[in-house]
Amino acid sequence: MAKSGMKTRKKQRLLVMITGIVVLFAAVFLVLFAMGKDSLSLFLQPSGVQERQMEPGRHFRLGGLVAMESYSKAEDGLTHQFTVTDCVVDVPVVFKGLLPDLFREGQGIVSEGALNEDGVFVATTVLAKHDENYAPPGTMPTNTDACVHPGG
Amino acid sequence: MIAEIGHFAVILALIASLIGATFPHVGIARNDDRLMILGGRMAYVQFVCMIVAFGALMYSYVISDFSVLNVATNSHSAKPLLYKIAGTWGNHEGSLLLWALMLSLFAAAVALRGKRLPLRFQSRAIAVQNLLGFGFLLFIVATSNPFERLDPVAIEGNGLNPLLQDPGLIFHPPMLYLGYVGLSAAFSFAVAALIEGEVSPAWARWVRPWTLAAWVLLTGGIALGSWWAYYELGWGGWWFWDPVENASFMPWLAATALLHSAIVVEKRDALKSWTILLAIIAFSLSLLGTFIVRSGVVVSVHAFASDPTRGIFILGFLAFVIGGSLALYAWRAPSLVPGGLFGMVSRESALVLNNILLSTFAGVVLVGTLYPLVLEAFDGSQISVGPPFFEFAAAVLMSPLVIALGFGPLLAWKRGNLSRAARILLPAFLAAVLGGIALTLSAGTGVVMTAFGFALALYLAVSVLLEIAGRIQLFKAPGKAFGRLRSLPRASWGMAFAHFGLAIVILGMTVSEAFTDETLTVLRPGEGAEVGDYVFTLKSVEGTTGPNYTAVRGTLDVTENGRLITVLTPEDRVYTNPVTNTTEASITPLFSGDLYAVIGESAGGGAWSMRLYFKPMISGLWVGSIMMMLGGLLSLSDRRLRIGSPEGRKKHASVKTAGGDQATKQPSSDTAAASAKVETPA
Repeated sequence: MAKSGMKTRKKQRLLVMITGIVVLFAAVFLVLFAMGKDSLSLFLQPSGVQERQMEPGRHFRLGGLVAMESYSKAEDGLTHQFTVTDCVVDVPVVFKGLLPDLFREGQGIVSEGALNEDGVFVATTVLAKHDENYAPPGTMPTNTDACVHPGG
Repeated sequence: MIAEIGHFAVILALIASLIGATFPHVGIARNDDRLMILGGRMAYVQFVCMIVAFGALMYSYVISDFSVLNVATNSHSAKPLLYKIAGTWGNHEGSLLLWALMLSLFAAAVALRGKRLPLRFQSRAIAVQNLLGFGFLLFIVATSNPFERLDPVAIEGNGLNPLLQDPGLIFHPPMLYLGYVGLSAAFSFAVAALIEGEVSPAWARWVRPWTLAAWVLLTGGIALGSWWAYYELGWGGWWFWDPVENASFMPWLAATALLHSAIVVEKRDALKSWTILLAIIAFSLSLLGTFIVRSGVVVSVHAFASDPTRGIFILGFLAFVIGGSLALYAWRAPSLVPGGLFGMVSRESALVLNNILLSTFAGVVLVGTLYPLVLEAFDGSQISVGPPFFEFAAAVLMSPLVIALGFGPLLAWKRGNLSRAARILLPAFLAAVLGGIALTLSAGTGVVMTAFGFALALYLAVSVLLEIAGRIQLFKAPGKAFGRLRSLPRASWGMAFAHFGLAIVILGMTVSEAFTDETLTVLRPGEGAEVGDYVFTLKSVEGTTGPNYTAVRGTLDVTENGRLITVLTPEDRVYTNPVTNTTEASITPLFSGDLYAVIGESAGGGAWSMRLYFKPMISGLWVGSIMMMLGGLLSLSDRRLRIGSPEGRKKHASVKTAGGDQATKQPSSDTAAASAKVETPA
């Protein structure tokens, strides 16, 4: 009995190990499978959009400042047009929906969506992200020299 | 003056924690009881100091002392008192001070409750707890002093982000922090057990209440945060797989796993080494969460202002705690004596499966959260991992968990009977299949995943009821069933509540995700919009004022078949200090779901853009979470946990086996060996 007990213990440990490894592999596979599909989106500033020659329909996140005096609203009262800029390149954006509370010209935003055939970024969501000091991470232009930031 | 007292108290606490972290070890080496006891004393000192420090900061907030930099940056004299108080922890320095306060609270609680533990073990655990406190206090003193003075004194403060001016701020962070920090107790016990080289069922019995308490608080904190996001952000979402949300979810998953594996250690003296590892991982994930939130390394709505030196400090602390404890584990764990054996099909195996799935899920969430960081470090491109990835992982990993969850409690310890459990669960399967089919038929096409989720929830709910019915022999001997129901141990009730709560949460999630009606429209007063079965009619829009804001308030009548159900009054507020506006959604929860309205901006000509929702069964999320917490509390109040001493345990262990659990009694040498080990007092 003692001998078989030893065996069972080993067998049991082996079984646990194998189950663990199988599940882990499944998880890694899952990660690989999911990466590169919709669940992964690039985060780009306008310059990056130009650099990478983003093709229409490819989903990504666009971060930058809302250009001054670029905002207008369509007649339906729900469709918003504005330009997101990093002071080097401008990307026109349309968005249908309610804009977030902190949306302002000159304010940093992050929006999700894809370019259409005309090179307009059709946003599905617009987030005016902010930290306690009201500077949204990832939205400030990387090359600030090119920029005269409104109010600063 | 008050601020200086606070600063002084923090430094005092720092010194106390250093003494408390080192002297007990010396005491153990020299076999000197007085030095060992010193750890507990220092934990008390630390706690008192932290209360003074936190009180001092809170006082500075209440009287709006703008000579304190932290207050001037984050508060405003015109803010309602409640938010002045809650504003204490609505910023980086204050929230860290709260962390340290909670940590010292747990250190003191371990010292107080731990009197029943063997002195050596207790002093080791408290010393570890003190060391954690030392790390955090050093961080505060070195990089994030909340009491820094401002010269010249500011005339007025910057104000608190209006999104944070909400009752959510009062409860959500403290509760979540208590949960995070509560896991430190399990961590300290694990490290102490590793140093002492001994893990006994009694150890699990000491650890479980702490883990359970931390788990209840984490559950509450996460649910509150999710609820807050749901009503405050104004787009009806309640979970975004945001890095910071993930940071709170990972420790929760690990704590859930730990809760279950500790049962196996307690009851069967098995899985010891794994449970220790899990205790280390759970707290490490809490620390990692803090690192993610505090360092600003990830883009998140929760990010506080980032400061590289802080990030490096936390990273260093993280490396020390996680690396150190894992190294200790690698060194000491092999010397732990392996305990009881169990068969392939047994309660233990079910709990092992639970652990594998939960920790894998935590691992997947971790990969998804950190992957952007790694990628950015290597090729500089910024990406984000979106909800589809996490949702897919959740569906793949959590579905088998839920299915196994029905079986687990029906299997006996050591060797269970799968087909017997399946027979008992037959009604649950039937309910699931019928429910799934009914849902598919009524909703039409394209709802495979929803039907599956719905079926899972039904299956789980029914299986919990069946388990209780089986336990009280409702069908075999209904006469005495009620009496048996009353004498069920609280721990069993706890389990039933928590599992049933999970079923309700799954139900709420699936149904609300799939069947939400959403309308985005522009309304003039008098006009209406149809949302599902309901008609929202805009009655009026007028200006209104609050203590530190002005607002535009819409009034909407909601009718169903011409009958008035409720009046919703969503607001768009403009706060004065700083000038920011936020939308306040108006929500009426009905039994069938939530009516939800948000007012946007003026669309000109007296028209307003509005977003209107009907979210069916979304309350299931909060109701289910509350049930899970109740389950945890019930389990916590179980006598068997309260007794918690090795002497009491032995008696109860024998009662337990006599009580049944349908254990197939096959006296073999293995059982004899295992039980002999159980009988040996730690």
